[in-house]
Order: sequence, then C-alpha cells, then structure tokens
Amino acid sequence: MSDQHAENRSPEAPASRAPATKEERRLLLTTKQRRLGERLAELGIFSVATVSILAIFLIFVFVFRESAPIFFGSDEPTPVADTTRAGDTAATIATPEGIDRGDYPTLDHDAPVKLSYLWYDVWQPNSDHPAYGIFPIIIGTLKTTFVALAIATPLGILAALYTAFFAPLWVREYLKPIIELLAAFPSVVVGFFCLMTVASVVQAVFGNSIRLNAVVGGIGLSIAVIPIIFTITDDALRAVPRSLREAALALGASEWQAAYQVMLPAATPGIVAAVLLGLGRAFGETMIALMATGNGQVMSWDLFVSVRTFAATIGAEMGEVVTGSPHYQVLFFLGVLLFTFSFVINFVTEFYVKKRLIKRFRGGE
Amino acid sequence: MTGKKRSPLAFFATGLPLAATIIIVLMIVIIVVDFAIIGVPNLGLEFLTEYPRNNNTEGGIFPAIFGTLLLVIIMTLVAVPIGTITAIYLTEYARQNSWFARTIRFAVNTLAGVPSIVFGLFGAGFFIQTVGAGIDEARWESKLEVAEVALSEPSAPFATLKQATIADVLKFLESDDAVYWNEAINAIETYPGGETATASIDQVMTHLRANPELNWGKPGLIWAALTLALLTMPVVIVSVEEALRTVPRDIREASLALGATKLETIIRVVLPNSITGMLTGSILAVSRGAGEVAPILFTGVLNSARELPTAVTDQFMHLGYHLYVLATQSPNVEAARPMQYATTVVLLALTLALNITAIMLRSRLRKKQFT
Repeated sequence: MSDQHAENRSPEAPASRAPATKEERRLLLTTKQRRLGERLAELGIFSVATVSILAIFLIFVFVFRESAPIFFGSDEPTPVADTTRAGDTAATIATPEGIDRGDYPTLDHDAPVKLSYLWYDVWQPNSDHPAYGIFPIIIGTLKTTFVALAIATPLGILAALYTAFFAPLWVREYLKPIIELLAAFPSVVVGFFCLMTVASVVQAVFGNSIRLNAVVGGIGLSIAVIPIIFTITDDALRAVPRSLREAALALGASEWQAAYQVMLPAATPGIVAAVLLGLGRAFGETMIALMATGNGQVMSWDLFVSVRTFAATIGAEMGEVVTGSPHYQVLFFLGVLLFTFSFVINFVTEFYVKKRLIKRFRGGE
Repeated sequence: MTGKKRSPLAFFATGLPLAATIIIVLMIVIIVVDFAIIGVPNLGLEFLTEYPRNNNTEGGIFPAIFGTLLLVIIMTLVAVPIGTITAIYLTEYARQNSWFARTIRFAVNTLAGVPSIVFGLFGAGFFIQTVGAGIDEARWESKLEVAEVALSEPSAPFATLKQATIADVLKFLESDDAVYWNEAINAIETYPGGETATASIDQVMTHLRANPELNWGKPGLIWAALTLALLTMPVVIVSVEEALRTVPRDIREASLALGATKLETIIRVVLPNSITGMLTGSILAVSRGAGEVAPILFTGVLNSARELPTAVTDQFMHLGYHLYVLATQSPNVEAARPMQYATTVVLLALTLALNITAIMLRSRLRKKQFT
C-alpha cells in the first residue's frame, strides 16, 4: 500500500475559517483522522461479521449446557426411587425384542437422568414414573425421514434435470422461481395441509386405520425438502460445462443419453450435497412433523402407525416442562443431537462434497 | 446412430423429468387452491380487525396479525443491519480464501442448516435463561438494596423492632411508593403464613431474594425476535452478497481513484448500487420470519391474548402459531374449521406475496447484471 508514507507526513494545514458544510468539514479532515476512521469502520465491520461464528458457538454451548447434567451427572448417587422392582416399572408395559436388558429404573420426576436411561424403548416423560427411552423417537424420525427422501429425492432431481436440460429457455426462467416458491410455504401451513387433505387422501388410497402416520408426515416433510434438493441439483447441473454436453451430442449421444450419462454423473457431488441438505431439513423440521405424524410412539417399522420425531418431541413437550427438570434436560439433549446432526451434514457438504465440486457451484442460493 | 428414434427407454427418460416437474407444480397449485376455496369466503374485514371470540370459533385474528408484524419488524431491525454488514465484510474486506472468510461462510451455511427448533431451544437457554435472567437479577439486586435501607428507616417497621408483621411491611411499602415497590409487594405477599406472620428483616430479605420478579427472564417479544433474527440472518447475507457482487469493479476503482476512501466508496457507491439486493434479502427474511413457528414456541408466543403487547418483554400472538393452536388444540376443532382456513389464507397470502415481490426484484437485479 502506497499510503505508508502518509503515516509520517504531518497533518495537512489546519482550516483558517470555520468549515461551512458537512462536506467541507469532511474534506478538511487530516489524513490521519481519515485513516483512523477507516480503521475503526473496518474493525466495526469485522466485529459484526463475527456474529455468525459467535452464534454457532453460542448455540452449541447453550443447548449443550442445559443438557449437561445428563452427560456429567452419571456418578451421582442413585435416586431414592431407583429401586428396580419388576412389574412396577414403566418399561414393562412394552418391552419387545430384547433391546433393553433388565427393567427401566423406576424414577420420580426429580430423579437425575443418566445417559444410560435414554437407551430404552419407552418414552413416557409425563407418567408417574417417567421413562426417557429415545428409541421410539429414533425409529419415528428415521421412518418419516425415509419417506420424505424417498419422495423428494427422485422428484427434486428429475425436476432439476428437466429445468436445467430439457425445458425450453423461456420455461426455465419461470420454472425455477415457481418451484422455489414451495420453500416459501410456512411449515405450519404445510403441516395443516397434511393434517386435513393429505391424511384423507392417504387414507382413501391405502386404507390405513391410523389417520396420521409416518407416510402422511413423510409426504409433508417432502414438500419442505423438494425445493432444497431441486435448487441445489439445478445449480450443480448448470455448473456442468456446456462443452461436456456438446461433446456428448457430437459423439452421437441422444439428448437423454447426454442428460443421464454425462450431465448427471458430472453433477454427482452437487446432487449428493442436495440430498444431504434435504436430509438435514427432513430430520429437523418441526411443525410439519408435529402436526402430521400423530405423535405416537410405537416400536415398529410399520410406516402406517403414528410416530414422533426428535424435533416434534421438543416442540410438543418443551412448553410444559419445568425449567431445569430432568425432562427439560432430556429435551435439550434431543436438541444437542439435532444440532450435531445438522452440523455434521453441513461439515460433510462443505469440506468433502464441495471440494469435488465443479468450481462455480455454491450451495443454498 | 439415429438419436432421434423413440425407444420406450427414451420415452421414459425424457418423460420422467417432465412428469416430476408437473407433479411439483401441481403440489403448489393444489395447496394454494385447497386453502383458497375454503378460506377466502371466510375472510372479511371483521376477521382481520377483531379479537378471537368463543374459543376461537368466531371473531377475528387481529392480535395475531399485530403480533406477527411487531415480531417481524423487530427481527428485521436486527437481522438486516448485521446481515448486510457481514455481507460487506465478505465481499469488500475479506480476502476470498482467507481462513477467516471461509469460517464465516461455513458458519453462515451451518446457521442456515440448523433446525429451527434448535434456535428455539437456544433462545430459551441463552436469551431467556441467561441474558434475560441476568438482567432481572441485576435489577432485582439493586432494588433489594434500596429495600433493605428503606425498611430500616426511622418510619419503617424495622426501625426499632426486630420483628414485624408482614401486613406492616406491606402497608409501609404501599404508602412509600406503591408503583416502585409493586414487584416487591407481589413477592412479599407470597410469604409463608400470609399477612399475619411475623418476620425479621433478614427473613424478609431472604424471601425477596428467592422470589425475583421475572420481567426479562421470561418469554417475550424481544427474545422471540432476536431468535428469529439469528435464523433469518443467512438469508440476508446471501442476498446482499449476491447484490454486492453485481456492482462492477470499475465503479469501485473509479471512486477510489478519485480519492474516496474504501469506506466512502462502500457507503456512497457500492451500497446505493445494491439497494435492490438488500431489499430482496429483507423481504425474504421477513417472509421466512413471519412463517416460522418452531423458534418462537418457547421464546414468547402466546395462545390467546386479551391485550396487545405494549412492551418488548410482553408475550404476543402469532399467525402461524395461532393456526397451529386452532388446528390441534381447539376444544372444538370442527367448529374452528372456517377460522383455520381463513387464518391459513392470510398467512399464505402474506408469505407468498412477499416472496413473489422478492423474486421479481431479484430477476430485475439479474437482468441489470447483463446490461
């Protein structure tokens, strides 16, 4: 920088008369003053820019902190009520397929929760002897996420292929914003739509007896996931150099052969990123899952029973829980799981997938 | 070699993408039409301007509209400046591949991917339990110091006596300054044994200390808005960054060559040229913020309110949450049906209108890029 000299130069001649306008005053500032202003502004802008980093850090610290007793409380003396009397335990109500050996400890509401109490298949935080087994929630989350991705992945990728490759130019310009409009639907609206309309349609088609289930929830989540997979796949496809497509066509490939055998493989890293981010969205979506899955908790892989997801459990129970209680801590623990999961997904897309990505591709927008 | 020949495979290969596209567009149309058909006839001026009545089966949703607007305004005031400045840092100051810029970008992307319910937990754990409770504690502590002095003044109950009845303490505080001691009076009224009990000044103070008045350390508008601001910040950053990149290098360099400093160039040349992008970002953020329910579930939203919020610490009603309550927690879900659909139409109209505006602004911006 050439203004290194300016530092040694003495301040410019002071004003002989009072500066009239703001503009004049500004011009009469000495080089040093202006440099100081620049420095301060840059420092300010720099500090504000760190807010995002700070936010991620704080989110981790504070969500973790509220659930910390679960991680660090395991050496505490066993709770008074922790006398395992067979037949009296909540766990004996439903203990299939030998996941939990022995009985679930009989807790009362103030008894500290240990990490090991979570690996059971009964979730009954509000019963007289609360049970915090998260297996039914894991299964519920997996089922709805599976349904959501099974619908959204093919639809999103194929629609992106159409938009980026097959559609006429004028259609393309309208199609992308229209499909992205799907992302603008508030999730509570989508949830309500599933509750009313999708649930009825699913029931009419499949004849299931339980109205709200993993399929209805999964369809709802897919509505939230499709725009994510679509947009990122579309960006990735457009980033594939035109020369690749033209070379394929010149070698005698048909349009569709070029699309499936050249374009799609070339955009694979971007498509992987798209599906991963879609997975993260399906995993963490709250309102749709809360309204459309029925919030049941059954240890079953049947897609047509009511299920509950991690996010929906937090959303449904956090409001009524006593701050700092074991139940509260467990809900924050579920939050830690959600946060960690989304962080890992983002980490993978950022550092593994993007490294392999064709240069121009940028996630999100 | 004849690539044009239509084999069944080719038919499916070209037909499937089109079919997928049609299915997605149909989804959008069906959702909008489904709500419009049932919802629009139930709309009316009364619906937009009145309070809900009769277990949410009659009346309107005015407090929910008002709460949503207030929430979104505060959120925008926080998210847009921070997001814009972050974007300025990323495009104007940071070296593109410096580790710091990469870390910020990673943080922004991560922030965009964190489930909204986790933001809600964070808002409860950080803003309410830590920041809010901290403010309350500090205010309470300073008030209690005043109380301890006041209660030992010559005219006060504890001036000569070691023990006084709770009734005397209350009477003294009320006559001293009923408004100032309002919170303390509320707390002392819960003293075990009631007004007839006697206590020493230390006992009264211990009781007061254990029963702080919650003002900031409870769910409220400001905490919900700040939580949402964090959630919508990435939207602003991405939009503004995109806009800043459309400003040609030449203009920046011309400004610098004429003697303007970097900051002056940014404020007077770069920002005015990217105002559309900032507007797009704000609109998208508002739309996202208006529709999100999960982050505000336990940071400030209220089932039903008789009064509108008057302070930033008040709780508020919200369109999206109101819909959730109407749909899942109404005593009579069937009777609330017209209200549910009408509320959905209002929420949907609001978010879609904002988004379409943003799309149009953005397409104008992109066209400008090429001219």
